[in-house]
Amino acid sequence: MYRYDEFDQQLVNERVAQFSGQVARRIKGELSEDAFKPLRLMNGLYLQLHAYMLRVAIPYGTLSARQMRKLAHIARTYDKGYGHFTTRQNIQYNWPKLAEIPDILNELAEVEMHAIQTSGNCIRNITADQYAGVIEGEVEDPRITAEIMRQWSSFHPEFSYLPRKFKIAVTAHKNDRAAIRFHDIGLVAVKRDIGEKNYEIGYEVHVGGGLGRTPFIAKKIRDFVPKAQLLAYLEAIMRVYNMLGRRDNLFKARIKILVHEIGEDEMRRLVEAEFAHIDAAKILAVPKQELDRIGAYFAPPNYESLPAESDILDKARSTDKAFDHWVQTNIVDHKIKGYAIVNISLKPIGGVPGDANAEQMDAIADIASQYSLDEIRVTHEQNLVLPYVKKHDLKNVYDMLAAQNLATPNLGLISDSIACPGLDYCELANARSIPLAQEISQRFADLDRQYDIGELKVKISGCINACGHHHVGHIGILGVDKKGTEFYQLSLGGAGDETASIGQITGPAFTGDEIVDAVEKLVTSYIDLRQPGERFLDTYRRVGLTPFKEQLYAPD
Amino acid sequence: MAQHATKTARFQAVTANTVQQGEVVYFAENGAWQPRLDQAIIVEGNEAAQALLQKAQRPDAELYVVNMYLFEVVKTKNGFKPLSVRETIRAAGPTTRLDLGKQAQGE
Repeated sequence: MYRYDEFDQQLVNERVAQFSGQVARRIKGELSEDAFKPLRLMNGLYLQLHAYMLRVAIPYGTLSARQMRKLAHIARTYDKGYGHFTTRQNIQYNWPKLAEIPDILNELAEVEMHAIQTSGNCIRNITADQYAGVIEGEVEDPRITAEIMRQWSSFHPEFSYLPRKFKIAVTAHKNDRAAIRFHDIGLVAVKRDIGEKNYEIGYEVHVGGGLGRTPFIAKKIRDFVPKAQLLAYLEAIMRVYNMLGRRDNLFKARIKILVHEIGEDEMRRLVEAEFAHIDAAKILAVPKQELDRIGAYFAPPNYESLPAESDILDKARSTDKAFDHWVQTNIVDHKIKGYAIVNISLKPIGGVPGDANAEQMDAIADIASQYSLDEIRVTHEQNLVLPYVKKHDLKNVYDMLAAQNLATPNLGLISDSIACPGLDYCELANARSIPLAQEISQRFADLDRQYDIGELKVKISGCINACGHHHVGHIGILGVDKKGTEFYQLSLGGAGDETASIGQITGPAFTGDEIVDAVEKLVTSYIDLRQPGERFLDTYRRVGLTPFKEQLYAPD
Repeated sequence: MAQHATKTARFQAVTANTVQQGEVVYFAENGAWQPRLDQAIIVEGNEAAQALLQKAQRPDAELYVVNMYLFEVVKTKNGFKPLSVRETIRAAGPTTRLDLGKQAQGE
């Protein structure tokens, strides 16, 4: 994985020193809150309901074991012993003290991490497919491009005060696990035939997607941008947005609104015009030497030559039913024979989605060191991934995970919900999210029942900002406030993958006491309506909202 | 400034978060900021509430607290309680982690 060079390290160290001074001045009263607030937000420090919250960036969701140990250390030393992995592949600490923020940032800088640009109206942490580099069928490892974009966008002076925050995601696979169509810019690496059995790699560019108050699926404005011209093209998009994005209305300031208001064709025309101008100057072309240097950090490891199947694995599966379930559900095929991609569910039954305590983080770091070439990934669905596990080591990995309550076999099932922190922590929330996720997982705890239901993505947000991605849940739940009381609105049929769709609202909202029963009614309706082989989403797309709605609102 | 009380609110108190830790506090007697709602000054009527807020907003307040606002409370047989779920959670801690927040400290 990428390692900081002297410039990266110097930038981070200098920012830590600068912000440490600002914190000291705030505590002494030399900086007003009005002056300090934008400074703390630029450094990922929010003020939530009970305490400050520090959001730490995990670029494209890739962590080393050393970094994970540091995250555990910070949780234990400066916070309350746990962290929360988010839908943008970051981690949040919910209880840091202001005076200790400089110490935390110094500790993070020691392992090449920071909290810069995890808030504010700038380009945020760039996210990527969690299976980057290890999944069959990928055009290339998308993290090379993500890292180049990280360097380009960090402290970019022209884009430090955008009309609103800006999120970029990248994948290099036809199966979209990064929700690229719901980002301000979504990139898909693709190949273009250039004759004589040669091909060129470039990017399909999607612009103006997003969730929040007004969800939009991004528009594809370019089928192919050659790799060497990507930064110029991105800069053109950013420049058009920076010039024309609305600054008069917070709720209309995202690029999705601009694209919607001027239209896809006009957006394309403006970007192409700007691109022609920037590209001609050639200043943003990444030199091949630099591309190769960064690419080398993501070169495939020295895989061992292993048999495709493992007798040790087969034997363990035949004798341990729980292990067999876990392999069936949480393991994904690796592109190299004899290896496996391990998904670690952070959704134990009754647990808080995305939370991991310091002991769990240390254990994951140890497992990664011993069995996954020191590497861990964070997924936007709030789980973790070990990308390089040999099949014959899976039972050992499973036993170590199980000892830490990290081996729940529920990936993609109804108990694998996404949930934002909601009103239990968040200043912006209108309703709680976490208790719903806990109650749903408890209601459907029976594994046989979950397997029978099959893939079902439940996504829960505690307010219209949609950090819990409810618009793209097969079942989406949005918490709303009605005169100080929590209510929950249901939507159906959303999908954040390559078949992108926005869920349809079912009708009147439910109280906190009713909502889990309502989810169960939807599941029962699906079971009644489904045809052989159909997932929940397939059935919904075939029959539409009406039959579900009829069951949902039928008098008992 | 955030609005967490309606025009028809009967009883109100002033809350904020501390600069040092972001902890939830309530405006109390002698200009102090206290961690428990039962230590807060509760006033009746909108005029008294605005006067209380003005008193809390003294020039040096920002040294100690941020995000100051009025919120509505209701009288119960066990004393005053926040009206909204939001303020109930602020006063106690996360409902999903009873070992955290003021509820864990017996406050």
